Amino acid sequence: MEEVKLMKGNEAVAEAAIRAGVDAYFGYPITPQSEVIEYLMAEEPHKRTGMVVLQAESELAAINMVYGAAACGKKVMTSSSSPGFSLKQEGISYMAGAELPCVIVDVVRGGPGLGTIQPSQADYFQVVKGGGHGDYNLIVLAPATVQEMADFIELAFELAFKYRNPAVILSDGVIGQMMEKVILPTQKERLSDEEVDKLYKSWATTGKKNGRERNIITSLELVPERQEAHNHHLQAKYKKITENEIRFETFNCEDADYLLVAYGSSARICQKTIQLARAKGIKVGLLRPITLWPYPSEAVNKLADQVKGILAVEMSAGQMVEDVRLAVNGKVKVEHYGRFGGMVHSPDEVLDALETKIIGG
Amino acid sequence: MAENILTPEEIIKTGELVFKKTKLMTDANLSYCPGCGHGVAHRITMEVIEELGLEEQTIGIAPVGCSVLAYEFMNIDMQEAAHGRAPAVATGIKRVYPNKTVFTYQGDGDLAAIGTAETIHACNRGENITIIFINNGIYGMTGGQMAPTTLPGMKSSTSPYGRDVHTMGYPLKITELIAMLPGTSYVTRQAVHKPGLVRKAKKAIKKAFELQMENKGTSFVEIVSNCNSGWKMTPVESNEWLDKNMLDYYPLGDLKG
Repeated sequence: MEEVKLMKGNEAVAEAAIRAGVDAYFGYPITPQSEVIEYLMAEEPHKRTGMVVLQAESELAAINMVYGAAACGKKVMTSSSSPGFSLKQEGISYMAGAELPCVIVDVVRGGPGLGTIQPSQADYFQVVKGGGHGDYNLIVLAPATVQEMADFIELAFELAFKYRNPAVILSDGVIGQMMEKVILPTQKERLSDEEVDKLYKSWATTGKKNGRERNIITSLELVPERQEAHNHHLQAKYKKITENEIRFETFNCEDADYLLVAYGSSARICQKTIQLARAKGIKVGLLRPITLWPYPSEAVNKLADQVKGILAVEMSAGQMVEDVRLAVNGKVKVEHYGRFGGMVHSPDEVLDALETKIIGG
Repeated sequence: MAENILTPEEIIKTGELVFKKTKLMTDANLSYCPGCGHGVAHRITMEVIEELGLEEQTIGIAPVGCSVLAYEFMNIDMQEAAHGRAPAVATGIKRVYPNKTVFTYQGDGDLAAIGTAETIHACNRGENITIIFINNGIYGMTGGQMAPTTLPGMKSSTSPYGRDVHTMGYPLKITELIAMLPGTSYVTRQAVHKPGLVRKAKKAIKKAFELQMENKGTSFVEIVSNCNSGWKMTPVESNEWLDKNMLDYYPLGDLKG
């Protein structure tokens, strides 16, 4: 029988991690996502599954603990919020370079700087476009419900291990803090040390045994020709991810004259905007990217052939809108709307923006 | 001429063998300057791992600095950490594999400047890891800049008129700080510029790994070493200078355990 609970998004992340058979969580408290580590500490998952939970001295230390454990083939994760994610960028770049799988949850708050503890979507650039140094991409999933906060944990690990690449669940303070009904995933067994040795023997540093060659995890290659070759290898991998892993969904697009593009909590708000607009006779649809990288560019481009204008709605000064414009490539008008710095737009405000910036503009 | 060249077998005749390179050092050419103490420190660390039979269960972590390529020379599973983060990386490994042997090999800039927080907190948690800390008072790889452990008045490329403690701070005795932490089991300061000291340092490293296997907490071995290139001296001069100047500020011996 399925288990249904009323939970905060942050709690759903923590419970789903235990149930996904995660080996370790390393984190540092920061609002608005401290419930993740609090829930894990209270739940004592070492008694349930043997999962390790450790509070690090900083986000820097936490991501490097993830690096060490991930380099041993273990299923490891961390979570943070915007200023903490900035600190993790160094380790994330190293993990992308060394091709290590891991999952990082970012429950975004307003910035820049210390900013505010209120919700925001202004981490799009730093998560989707890299943020750390070098040419790399992270697999980025954007949950819009508490259910997806839970479901995306296992999906993110699947993708991270499939491609040996860090995956990020890019959430925000709304989804992290709000409570919703969630159907909990069933408990998965953690892999045994022997299974890890067998599955990842070609790269995991678990001790040079059974006559195998030693494994080295590094992002360093001083010979530029070899570093370029490694970068080509990474780019080929990113191309494969782009070809196979784009996820999105559409609402009311069949007859739409106008399109909203929004992810996460903004997509939830836009669904209400669609109801309000259609009550006034304006035919509006929504495209919700589920993967922010790879981005559903082709789907956006196709809809641009059908609609008269597109409004990208995000709680930022306009970040994802750049990807919408690239996808549309000038076919129709694309504008941005969003409250930011910790403010959340209402469905009415989005409708006003659609009417003034797109329909009347 | 060619027929006069002796083969390795002719040179090393059974019965005459007085020294054998540990199989846990690879045959790669060391990237260290001739005269540098890193090679000896690498060798005795790997000899200890071989002698304790830990080859198949040890994971080492290389730092950023001169020993960034330690994984090219140490013939075991290795990870390369970001600058200063090795103790956090080691923590991650040890927490998911408590029965494996984990060590970091770090220089003074890595361990006592950029990685101070990671060092102090891993030791304070009493992580069951071993830290080998090479202190040569300078940043070697980047070309001889001032380190946290550079002595007062000592010249470097970023303290060209000598380290002025009033504006550049004092040399950090991080090993003394580490010894104060209840999480550490064994904290010692050694050197490798004389044969007798090499033997003592090896003994200390062996003790450090043995304590790790007994889950006693963090074991920490500082090795005061030279940097003849960075100090702009010949290897012999640098060893004499070390002996005369470094050991007053960094006295050798066990600080704890």
